Amino acid sequence: MPIIKNGTVVNDEWLSVDDDAALPADGPVIVSLSRWQSETDLLRARTAPLGLLVESHEQIADIETDLSAFELIALDFPTFRDGRPYSTARLLRERYGFSGELRAVGDVARDQFLFMHRCGFDAFQVEDGTGLEAWLRAVSEITIWYQPTGNAGGTLSILRDQLQAAE
Amino acid sequence: MYRYDEFDHAFVRQRVAQFRDQVARRMSGELSEDEFKPLRLMNGLYLQLHAYMLRVAIPYGVLSARQLRCLADISRRYDKGYGHITTRQNIQFNWIKLSDMADLLEILADVEMHAIQTSGNCIRNTTADHFAGAAADEIEDPRVWCEIIRQWSTLHPEFSFLPRKFKIAVSGATEDRAALRVHDIGLQLRHNEAGETGFEVMVGGGQGRTPMIAKTIREFLPKAELLSYLESILRIYNQQGRRDNMYKARIKILVHELGAENLAELVEAEWQQVRESAIDLPEAEVARIERYFAPPPFEVSADADLDAARCGDSEFDMWLERNVNAHKQPGYAIATISLKPAGKPPGDITAEQMEVVADLAERFSFDELRATHQQNLVLPHVRKSDLFEVWQTLKAHGLASANRGLINDIIACPGMDFCSLATARSLPVAKEISTRFADIAYQQDIGDLRLNISGCINACGHHHVGHIGILGLDKRGEESYQITLGGRSDKNAAIGEIVGPAFSADKIVDAVETVMLTYLDQRQSGEAFIDAYARMGREPFKERLYANN
Repeated sequence: MPIIKNGTVVNDEWLSVDDDAALPADGPVIVSLSRWQSETDLLRARTAPLGLLVESHEQIADIETDLSAFELIALDFPTFRDGRPYSTARLLRERYGFSGELRAVGDVARDQFLFMHRCGFDAFQVEDGTGLEAWLRAVSEITIWYQPTGNAGGTLSILRDQLQAAE
Repeated sequence: MYRYDEFDHAFVRQRVAQFRDQVARRMSGELSEDEFKPLRLMNGLYLQLHAYMLRVAIPYGVLSARQLRCLADISRRYDKGYGHITTRQNIQFNWIKLSDMADLLEILADVEMHAIQTSGNCIRNTTADHFAGAAADEIEDPRVWCEIIRQWSTLHPEFSFLPRKFKIAVSGATEDRAALRVHDIGLQLRHNEAGETGFEVMVGGGQGRTPMIAKTIREFLPKAELLSYLESILRIYNQQGRRDNMYKARIKILVHELGAENLAELVEAEWQQVRESAIDLPEAEVARIERYFAPPPFEVSADADLDAARCGDSEFDMWLERNVNAHKQPGYAIATISLKPAGKPPGDITAEQMEVVADLAERFSFDELRATHQQNLVLPHVRKSDLFEVWQTLKAHGLASANRGLINDIIACPGMDFCSLATARSLPVAKEISTRFADIAYQQDIGDLRLNISGCINACGHHHVGHIGILGLDKRGEESYQITLGGRSDKNAAIGEIVGPAFSADKIVDAVETVMLTYLDQRQSGEAFIDAYARMGREPFKERLYANN
């Protein structure tokens, strides 16, 4: 499936490896949290970039100290109604300072892009046919926000402050 | 009241444009109903039995004359000439066309209104004491914090897909008129020993099929740190609230399963991480919002005793007795406009009546109005010497029912006449009861009483906290009505007890009257129904209700 990252369509260079599949010798892979926990040493020994898939019910607080091992973290939305990954994303970005790729996977559709973007996701695995244009429109529909989350630009108190300073 | 600045205006316009596009994609078939549903719900649009229903937000129940006139105009142009005040202090229109929606939201935006988050699994319209800013027993005006919560919760990106809906209520008064203890979060403004103002935070109250009274998880929260604390509660709920069963997804179940103390600990730990961050508003921003809620320019000389306003008109006196409450400013009073005339659906108001009320607000109440969760309207700041004129105008338009807090001041959900979830009708029962008790002298003899009717177990009509609650059920295709007694939503909040087997539609009003007669026979001097019930318990009522079975 296509990946939209930082406002462009990119090739997905990452291979998602099932828990029972053998790890390829080389190349970037995404593994589950449980595989990471059971094969930590093996995975650390690889030189290629490592990605982590986190299910919506999994808490990342448990692996806070491991986060530097990952260049990518994918958060799964089993359904768009499951809002837990939004909290996980904010914690990764704002509390744990994760600066790698934060990818939304699963039931990821246009009308959720904006919320995801605001919570710190910068990559989106989308349905075939979800054009870049739709993504760009979706994330720019609202430019003013009342909450300082993730990428805080455009927050109302900042805008009001700037207005006051200019007066 | 709060006024939009250029940013609030721009935000609401962007939101309307976004929804216009979503409606267009729905109408072209690009979006399925399943995909569209959460989008329309977050803009207050329900698909009911006969048509779309639009629920317009009245943030914490505060409304201006211009806004009410706009609602009147909408009801004429897009509905059937009336609106319905809801138990979240909002207003509903029952006959809306999907194709009109975006234009309608545009018209609302012109008067600084919207329908954002009046539905959906998100933070809903925050409610408040409907006498906020006026009540004699007020410690501090809760509206400032309601507005701060409104802004913070609006399109909160982290909390737009919660396990279930989330309702917050705020009170700044000694008496709880906001039903704090049956909300997901109830916030009570209070002073600590040092004389500072903060909030008592109650969590996990609610009605529905598992009614629960909220537990206090923090006795005193410094008010400047409200948002970081709320954000902590919401984060714990978003992460840990149940998502496997929608009937167990409200925070009350999480509180129940974890225990209030454990939840308090989790919240406290989270709060230690997020407090003193950018989430809590800078002092200057709080002050900016506070200025919008400065008291209106009251006349200092207006201190006329309420008795002086009496004119020897017994009808007016009755209205004063029931519908007028003490104001913090000498010489002023709070007037409740009852939307409960006998034989009419509770909370309904016609376009013409809206315009009359808007005029009154402008002339006599500093352009301010409130909608109450009991489905009435309030003129919060009326000079005592103007009360007679206000009453005369109300009377001429069928708005002077002197029944605030009496048996006919019924809270009712729309029931099966409109709602697709309902299992029984509630409006005809409300109409029949209010017709049976239409004699105002009879109502006054009964005295303080809260009667609430829900048309299904979801309890939108707040039957669990009615002194008398009526729950409409479907029993093998027949509407039947269960009675609960002893519920209340004030400081001594309690869930009503089921008195016995349900009554058929043609017996329910007789049953209510039997409850009343039992009370009238057995009450002690000056004893209100709810106090008599506390003293006597369920048995005397049960005995008489089921005597012939």
